[in-house]
Amino acid sequence: MTDGDPSGPATAGRTPLPRAKAADVSQVLHTPPPTQVPAEDDLAALAARHGLSVSGARPSLPAYVRALWARRHFITAFATAKLTAQYSQAKLGQVWQVMTPLLNAAVYYFIFGVLLGTKHNVPDYVPFLVTGVFIWTFTQSSIMAGTRAIAGNLGLVRALHFPRAALPISFALQQLQQLLFSMAALVVILLCFGVPVAASWVLAIPALVLQFTFNAGVSMVMARMGAKTPDIAQLMPFVLRTWMYVSGVMWSIDKIDKNDHLPHIVKLLLELNPAAVYIDLMRFALIDSFHTLPPHVWAVATGWALLAGVGGFIYFWKAEETYGRG
Amino acid sequence: MAEQTGTTSEQIPTVVADRVDIVYRVNGTGAGRGTATAALNRILRRRQTEKAAGVRKVHAVRKVSFVAHKGEAIGLIGTNGSGKSTLLKAVAGLLPVENGRIYTDGQPSLLGVNAALMNDLTGERNVHLGGLAMGMSREQVKQRYQEIVDFSGINEKGDFITLPMRTYSSGMAARLRFSIAAAKDHDVLLIDEALATGDRSFRHRSEARIRELRKHAGTVFLVSHNNKSIRDTCERVLWLERGELRMDGATEDVLKEYEAFTGDKSDKPARKPARKAAPKPPAATP
Repeated sequence: MTDGDPSGPATAGRTPLPRAKAADVSQVLHTPPPTQVPAEDDLAALAARHGLSVSGARPSLPAYVRALWARRHFITAFATAKLTAQYSQAKLGQVWQVMTPLLNAAVYYFIFGVLLGTKHNVPDYVPFLVTGVFIWTFTQSSIMAGTRAIAGNLGLVRALHFPRAALPISFALQQLQQLLFSMAALVVILLCFGVPVAASWVLAIPALVLQFTFNAGVSMVMARMGAKTPDIAQLMPFVLRTWMYVSGVMWSIDKIDKNDHLPHIVKLLLELNPAAVYIDLMRFALIDSFHTLPPHVWAVATGWALLAGVGGFIYFWKAEETYGRG
Repeated sequence: MAEQTGTTSEQIPTVVADRVDIVYRVNGTGAGRGTATAALNRILRRRQTEKAAGVRKVHAVRKVSFVAHKGEAIGLIGTNGSGKSTLLKAVAGLLPVENGRIYTDGQPSLLGVNAALMNDLTGERNVHLGGLAMGMSREQVKQRYQEIVDFSGINEKGDFITLPMRTYSSGMAARLRFSIAAAKDHDVLLIDEALATGDRSFRHRSEARIRELRKHAGTVFLVSHNNKSIRDTCERVLWLERGELRMDGATEDVLKEYEAFTGDKSDKPARKPARKAAPKPPAATP
């Protein structure tokens, strides 16, 4: 724009001509001389002629999946890094990975097992409770982290180019790694409380895969909502706590089911609740005395995983180009 | 830019900005200044303009159009808050534009990995993480690792690369960040005042590295307040002021106007530019 605004810059700092006022300058610039900027069609045509692509446009779904796959090492490295960084300032360091879930379980045992006496209704109450707490914590923290995945990492989103779905997935993966630490502690607890090692423990693996898919899917949904409305992060703890209490983390849904006062629909909802399904599956896999699975539980678990995983991914991808707006 | 209409057949455009508008929206400003009542009011009275709702729009870039070609190094200048970095981020596809379009050849990359690094991790892990974040493969990171560490000079005074980054001095951290960011070759490279990091010897090394990156990159954009580094690196300069493209031309012409505008160079009498029919063409480009 060398000749677009000949008087503007030169006059500044000299005689305060009215033309030098910024407002005036902007007015001048709103109508650039026709030789300066080619018409809109020209620029678009020029770009098209040389095969340029629109910057920041949303890629097609297959291209997006490919880009995400190409970043798989970043996703895992980011998750591991976050996990390690978490306790790096503490004196006990990584010991907290195991300590935190154990302390959590101890608190719930004190309140529900000792004070409220829930344990009399449930055989193997401690393994029952600890499994429930750990599996629930996995879902809960994945969703919480997912809600803040974009909103809390705007710096990263605005500095580097990568498929944004990498963030919620990476956070869900971090929680999975955290859960694996907890599971190691869980195995020790199980053995201490005399739960025998059984072949059914292998079922824990498909159960975890399904739960991870579900968590990652919900994380992506929450990430998109949290990116648009950060307030959701304030609301989620309450939603999640309510969800926890209806998911049978510290009590047995089975016992409620035997209660005839409840309408059928409530029982059905309690049984279909994804969190309850995944908790039940893990208890069924690990605890010998727990063998009352609702009907079609594997189908329900797979259904939730597919629905959340695929649906959440597509929902997240639909807003890909908008992430990063203040 | 005007003279390029005739030469499009020779010059290959790499970045085309077509009347770009970028708007930031900030919540919780306006009349109530973010008090609880103002927020409630905002929710209760849905049907109102954004301004009344306490959402303030900051129009950071207004109707900017330009065409950048292969082999060009373009400087972006302007006073603080004039929209330089914002425009750069939009070119990189990191900020959505409000109106208009930006077309690019390949994926422009912003030189910088600060946000991906974690202060609690060792320098070593951060090199890996930063490399992966920029889209390098594991093997590439492994290959470049020693090069990055040597370039940063972190280990010159002992084995510091295995210490957490929070223990580094700010200069050391900046050197490591630059070294990681500069380890990758880019098609369209966007540099945001990255030149002014570290001590003198490191600055020399980083300037040499940027020249090297420029050779490999198709097009380079450089945002800087240092007119000298703009003169050294760029042959064309875009001057943004209040989000508007105020001037676009050869480095010397634009910088002269800019220095007069900012009052640099001891009140040199700002000469009125002759009303040239056609501006000087930018320095010859390949």
